[in-house]
Amino acid sequence: MKRREFLKKSGQALTFAAATGAVGAFFHNRDPFNYQPHLSETAEFGISADSTYPGLTLAKDSNHIAALNKALDAIGGIKRFIKPGERVTIKPNIGWDRTPEQAADTNPLLVGEMVRLCKEAGASRVIVTDITCHDPRRCFLRSGIRESAEKAGAEVFLPDDNDMLNIDLRGKLLTNWPVLKYFIETDRLINMPIVKHHSLSACTIGMKNLYGVLGGRRHQLHQSIDQSIVDLTAFFKPTLTVVDATRVLLRNGPTGGSLDDVLIADSVICSIDPVAADSRGAEFMSLTGEKVGHIILAETSGLGKIDYRSIGYKEIL
Amino acid sequence: MTIATVRNLRRASQVIFFVIFFWLILKTNFSVNFNPADPNEIRLPYPVSIALEFDPLTALGTLLANGTIYKGLLWSLVILIPTIFIGRFFCGWVCPLGTLNHWISEIPSERMKRKGKQKIDSNRYKKYQRIKYYILFIFLAAALMGTLQVGLLDPLPLLARSIGTVVLPVIHTSADGITGWVKSIGIPPLSAAAQFLYDLIAPLLLTFRKMHFHTILTIGSLFIAIIVLNRIFSRFWCRGICPLGAMLGVFSRFAIFGLEKKESACNHCNECLLHCQGADNPDIGSVWRQSECHLCLNCQGVCPTQALSFRFFPSQEVSKSNPAGTAKIDISRRKVVASLAGGAALYPLFRSGDTFAANASPYLIRPPGSVSENDFLARCIRCGQCMRVCPNNALHPTFMESGLEGIWSPLLIARIGYCEPSCTLCGQVCPTGAILELTLKDKVGDKETPPNRIGTAFIDRGRCLPWAMARPCIVCEEWCPTSPKSIYLREETVYNSRGETVTVKQPYVDPEHCTGCGACEYACPVEDKAAIYITSVGESRSSENQMLLKKKNDIPQYNLRGKI
Ligand code: SF4
Ligand code: SF4
Ligand code: SF4
Repeated sequence: MKRREFLKKSGQALTFAAATGAVGAFFHNRDPFNYQPHLSETAEFGISADSTYPGLTLAKDSNHIAALNKALDAIGGIKRFIKPGERVTIKPNIGWDRTPEQAADTNPLLVGEMVRLCKEAGASRVIVTDITCHDPRRCFLRSGIRESAEKAGAEVFLPDDNDMLNIDLRGKLLTNWPVLKYFIETDRLINMPIVKHHSLSACTIGMKNLYGVLGGRRHQLHQSIDQSIVDLTAFFKPTLTVVDATRVLLRNGPTGGSLDDVLIADSVICSIDPVAADSRGAEFMSLTGEKVGHIILAETSGLGKIDYRSIGYKEIL
Repeated sequence: MTIATVRNLRRASQVIFFVIFFWLILKTNFSVNFNPADPNEIRLPYPVSIALEFDPLTALGTLLANGTIYKGLLWSLVILIPTIFIGRFFCGWVCPLGTLNHWISEIPSERMKRKGKQKIDSNRYKKYQRIKYYILFIFLAAALMGTLQVGLLDPLPLLARSIGTVVLPVIHTSADGITGWVKSIGIPPLSAAAQFLYDLIAPLLLTFRKMHFHTILTIGSLFIAIIVLNRIFSRFWCRGICPLGAMLGVFSRFAIFGLEKKESACNHCNECLLHCQGADNPDIGSVWRQSECHLCLNCQGVCPTQALSFRFFPSQEVSKSNPAGTAKIDISRRKVVASLAGGAALYPLFRSGDTFAANASPYLIRPPGSVSENDFLARCIRCGQCMRVCPNNALHPTFMESGLEGIWSPLLIARIGYCEPSCTLCGQVCPTGAILELTLKDKVGDKETPPNRIGTAFIDRGRCLPWAMARPCIVCEEWCPTSPKSIYLREETVYNSRGETVTVKQPYVDPEHCTGCGACEYACPVEDKAAIYITSVGESRSSENQMLLKKKNDIPQYNLRGKI
């Protein structure tokens, strides 16, 4: 072998060996876990109480759009909550593949009207979304919410895995959870639940509706349902809670299915206090706030008042 | 029209039919129209299974197996009757699997250029081409006995199944994987480009929910084998295996259209053999075989001396180099009888060993509206339309859950997806009536009508959180869609690990109301093996597979026209 060839060949082999070693060294890592960073965002969209307005209003009207407007006007009108140029996310309950009559999802008329009002108040974007239980396309379709919200000018988003943020919820029980970004990246959050029966939490109204912002293995939250609802309420502070009690699902909740389980109550509640809203809403199901575990725990955790009369209550019948 | 134009027409026809077929499979999917006329019932906007209904072998097979021609299958006459007059035009001009084989066979390679001689030889009629007829007779005899196996190798269901359960899901997984990988590099413009490409193909090729299918390796292997064999023998599948090709070959027995050869004009250049698709001996000096010819017209197109031409009532100059031939199919009567006997024997082989209870797995949950198991096996062609259309990815091809006999027929795996109460899509797309079309009322029932049941839920008390571990849960009850709920709860005081008493609600199943939809099994938070699961007992389609003593009217009775 010639010397030059010898040098060349060994040079090549050595370079290759060095490169192999370098790649190994570069990727060497004793820590086998690949931690996902979590974001410490906040979700406080509440507004402060104002003694000129009641803290909770309830309007009854068989015209559901009128009921919403009456309740909203009595609590200060949309302009109190939405300022021009703000981004608004509306969170109805769109959990199930059911029609509006079956009362498992929020009344689409109310969602549409709320979108319209926000737009009128000058909101730059109005987003309507929810993480559903059933196939989201069917839920958004059959609940009628996509159609009515889009007609009123909202952007309606089906939940998408790529739109989840990993958030530190800083709760007693809930720490890192995937949250749909629209519930974080916004200026105002309007919670629009429907009043329904639930076998474990007795009822699902506003605070329980917040389950819908979470992805991941949220079925496991049932194992400590009261604390997880309270953790969510402590983290997500909606600007306004609008409770749909136009139709109330008395039994077989939260999915329902039979019209026999539905009570027509024609009422809409508006409140700046999520605990008071649920407490008043529970009365449609012959319950009171004092009888519902998560409502009690929310009050003792300082999130609001069960006694809604104490924050100023107005009924428009 | 010159022969070149006709060949171009043939090429265009192949492209068009292939695209239509592929497009229909893409559309065999639930996509939302947000302004429905009737929001209560979701229907597909057009008959996506129409391509399968033109399949003569499916029509004949189901006719033999169960005595009727279901819904759109009469369309198959549109293929069959012209075949009687002009031969296997379907294979050369229409069949999407044939077209795919054609394209793959034609991709040029070094090997092909070097071995022109071998190519010419491999394009001569070969004895292996008889196999397809024996396959056909085996399947037809089996069908006559009541077990329908044609779908395993019938090209249209085969291709529909392969694209729907293998090709498209693999594309989806790859697209997700590649996009994710490119994004993970972390160069913003690159990520944006990847996302742009993804968004470009997504609306066309990807489903809303990424589909995963059970046992696709077996389906995929057959498909890949068919594709790859083209590289060894051109259109090996069409020549040697395809039972539909064989059937059309039989039907072209009395064709009045065919190849006319002029011996005097031939200069023996062998161009015709080099380009022949069907291996039917177009060259001068051998007997042309109508039953093998795909009517691709390549031979006439490439012949430099116009010695070959297709025409009605072709005349045959009989001479030494153009021997008086017969167009008869080259199969021996003895082997036909043997095939028929073998096919007929499949039925007792499949069915005599086990009775229903032992044969079918208790986890064999059939789609809602399915006919009873014996009828099902006489109808399902394993086209996979139901699996592709199911919005919840609930339906999967079986492997051995319904025995070897039912391989690749649909199975509902609730852990992956439950049956949506308001959905009737699988019955809408089934081309053979294995799954009957239900109305929404038939499916969910009302005060007079019982719902359609696909099974019953059972609780595994050793795994259920409130039963075994003193923890609250009841997700199954929350998800149960029936009204009243088929899962009821009882409050019970139990001891936890610290010896304290806690009150939990323990679930029970009410079999009167349970429809077996599997929503509970799907949602149960015990992630690996759910603490509540469905088995097939109680399914509406069976009068035997029941456990409750019921009133006569509690089990809906179906016949082929729907409910009695
Ligand atoms: S049951 Fe499914 S796989 Fe079988 S024929 Fe019908 S649609 Fe095709
Ligand atoms: S199995 Fe159920 S959900 Fe799936 S397509 Fe059939 S009816 Fe729809
Ligand atoms: S969902 Fe599963 S673990 Fe929870 S109660 Fe039902 S069966 Fe038990």
